Amino acid sequence: MTDTNDGPRRTPDRPLVVLENVNKHFGDLHVLKDINLTVHEGEVVVVIGPSGSGKSTLCRTINRLETFESGRITIAGKELPQEGKDLARLRADVGMVFQSFNLFAHKTILENVTLGPTKVRGLKTAAAKDRAMELLKRVGVEHQAAKYPAQLSGGQQQRVAIARSLAMEPTVMLFDEPTSALDPEMINEVLDVMTQLAHSGMTMIVVTHEMGFARKAADRVVFMADGAIVEENTPEEFFTHPRSARAKDFLGKILTH
Amino acid sequence: MQTIFEQFGLLAAFWMTIKLTLWSALFATVIGTLVAIMRLSPVGILRQLGATYVTLVRNTPLTLIMIFSSIALSGVLGLVLASRDAPGGYIATQNFRLAVLALSVYHAAFVCEAIRSGVNTIPLGQAEAARSIGLTFSQSLREIILPQAFRGAVTPLGNTLIALTKNTTIAAAIGVAETALVMRNVAEFDPGLLWTAFGLIALGFVILTVPMGLATSFLAHRLAVKR
Repeated sequence: MTDTNDGPRRTPDRPLVVLENVNKHFGDLHVLKDINLTVHEGEVVVVIGPSGSGKSTLCRTINRLETFESGRITIAGKELPQEGKDLARLRADVGMVFQSFNLFAHKTILENVTLGPTKVRGLKTAAAKDRAMELLKRVGVEHQAAKYPAQLSGGQQQRVAIARSLAMEPTVMLFDEPTSALDPEMINEVLDVMTQLAHSGMTMIVVTHEMGFARKAADRVVFMADGAIVEENTPEEFFTHPRSARAKDFLGKILTH
Repeated sequence: MQTIFEQFGLLAAFWMTIKLTLWSALFATVIGTLVAIMRLSPVGILRQLGATYVTLVRNTPLTLIMIFSSIALSGVLGLVLASRDAPGGYIATQNFRLAVLALSVYHAAFVCEAIRSGVNTIPLGQAEAARSIGLTFSQSLREIILPQAFRGAVTPLGNTLIALTKNTTIAAAIGVAETALVMRNVAEFDPGLLWTAFGLIALGFVILTVPMGLATSFLAHRLAVKR
């Protein structure tokens, strides 16, 4: 495997997120077709594909924001619980960053980051605050801690959302098109944080249209079309020598301009 | 005019109106919130129960509920809400509490729907984000959904409070000594003062409800969740 990245790399023998024959329908639409995917500890997997290919649904299925009909998803060897407290506990270990940020609109930036650690992890308020400030500093928005989400730019909000997820000390982070709702000049500030995170050894599953990020930070690119995984490869190989016609067609459309 | 105050006890009657309003508003908010939680819950049977409550209560005239509370609950089923030696008398206390019960149960349906309308102002992503950091259903409700729902529901909740204030006059139907009862007594015993009584009572309600309307507008603006 060619690897042009620096920083800690994956340990291929420790599967963290495993999807086996996962199927899902929205009515008549078969949105996930027999998905098999293994993501190892420390690995950064970028999922790309045309709109409607099921990549966001795939991402949301992993922490059960979407249900699925058949198949199996395990995280660190444990199968996803159906409902209730067990599911909540699992979600606490799986960070999620949304396209539309979804910061809690009635809470300050600091409260957004401390809520999970205090309510779910039982951390003391003071300790949670210290940790939150550290994380906000890491993503570069520590000066906005007392403000409300609506007072921040999209890029800042998304970085806070990343800090909010990190505060839970997740074992894996899911990114569902984290830069798609951002103005162009704010995309890089978010991608920079994500790249740093990737290099720090975080296991990440990233649904994105940012090919630059895929080249720079991904260990593996998963290409989806029509609800199925069509191709998986290293970014190098995938972008230079796509094997399937669908991937060639997709790359031809996005890389020419 | 003095007779209305002295002989018919208009001020005491207004104080009764205020007491009815405050207690009923308190219980209506509690019951309404619980019913709203039922209607939002992932449990089908609870949702159905909540929906049935709202449909049944909201579409029944308040007078009917008030009289039901007095005749059926108290008279036939023997519901006792006051002790025999209650200060202010057993009958008066019992009637007051029955009236609060009827007013609370009735307005709870409107409170529930106001909160639900508030919930509808919250983008779905808020609940998803709450779940994704591991909050349970009840934690998401407490921390994320209800606080935003109440802020989004200030206007309909204020309207319900104003309606409740005026609807306390129905309590006269079961003999609670509030303003409508004073009105009836004046009409019966001193018809010459009818216009004065009418004017004073109308003015009294305006004094009570106008500030509620102003406070509602102020709070709706002040508490609005910026998105």
